[in-house]
Amino acid sequence: MTPSEEHRLEVMVANLLRVGVVLAAALVGFGGVLYLARHGHDAGAYRTFRGEPAALRTLSGVFRDAVALRGRGVIQLGLLLLIATPVARVAFSAYAFTHLRDAKYVVITLIVLGLLLFSLFGTH
Amino acid sequence: MTVTEFTAIVGGGALLAGFLGSLTGLGGGVVIVPLLTIGLGVDIRYAIGASLVSVIATSSGAAAAYVREGYSNIRAGMFLEVATSAGALSGAFVATLLAPKVIAVIFGGVLVYSAYLSFKKAGEDPADTGPPDRIAAWLGLDGSYPGRSGLISYRVHNVPGGFLLMGVAGVLSGLLGIGSGALKVIAMDRFMRLPFKVSTTTSNFMIGVTAAASAGVYLGRGYVDPGIAMPVMLGVLAGAFLGAHILAAARSHWLRLAFSLVIFALGIQMIYNGLTGRI
Repeated sequence: MTPSEEHRLEVMVANLLRVGVVLAAALVGFGGVLYLARHGHDAGAYRTFRGEPAALRTLSGVFRDAVALRGRGVIQLGLLLLIATPVARVAFSAYAFTHLRDAKYVVITLIVLGLLLFSLFGTH
Repeated sequence: MTVTEFTAIVGGGALLAGFLGSLTGLGGGVVIVPLLTIGLGVDIRYAIGASLVSVIATSSGAAAAYVREGYSNIRAGMFLEVATSAGALSGAFVATLLAPKVIAVIFGGVLVYSAYLSFKKAGEDPADTGPPDRIAAWLGLDGSYPGRSGLISYRVHNVPGGFLLMGVAGVLSGLLGIGSGALKVIAMDRFMRLPFKVSTTTSNFMIGVTAAASAGVYLGRGYVDPGIAMPVMLGVLAGAFLGAHILAAARSHWLRLAFSLVIFALGIQMIYNGLTGRI
């Protein structure tokens, strides 16, 4: 692989991270405005752990809340996007290394992707 | 305290966390967790959820700049992620052998000692000596990064030792819910002898992946509260952009000093949490 190809890969990885993080921040910021507009004067209650309601713990629940424009749901959707960004970076790298015909790194990134997906979805 | 006041205080602390985290490759949990638990009385489980969010935000926010500018060694990062991901998965198994409390205290001791070593070593990066490493060459890990006067080439050494320590870093993050940037930086800086800025920015690149795996799990368990995570994420991200902006001008000497201080604080925190049973 030539240095310029290597650099192109770096730029693509950097762009992917930037887009992911900016979109996530936009969602979290928008959700934050909705949330503060409605609950800004409430007293915060984080001393005791109650755990989040199912609506904020599962993919389908978060989507429903976000579409209904509930502040906390929109924030949680942004956070899910934030969590997905590094995963997407690994998946994209595997694809990019295939393009660059770098078999060693295709295998390495696929192993990382597999381990990552397993720990996200396989263990509970 | 109203929700608005809480949001403002946490957002301010998170800004500092993102700034320090992006410059030292540590992620920012070291500021977030004590601010939330000791400062604001938040339950430790919410704090762990928020800390993981802060690590991913710091990592992705700063990595966009570090990767583009050629600081992070993405091949080394991706190769070593095999060790951290596998380690993180086996964390649950290790927990059945040793109580997390005990591990937190041991890890804290290691960090305090590393802080001392790193503090003593504080200086510019030493000149690279010795023959090239065969494994590093086979994996194409050697690289270069922008210095004060053009690109500086470096070689990577002791790949097996670094890989092993990365595995330990992964186990710890799976076990304690942290991004474990400290051990990652130590593995690359001390074992593999990468330049300090390459070590911190490559750690920064990697911690997002390590934390994402845990964050998904903790979100499913209800540890990620949107009211806390919102100011954490936005503050940390702003801090990380700032940090990434000044990295080029920062001297390795100062970064190493900042790193020593932060891992010292983290070590004390770990020992305290372990002894008081907050892990």
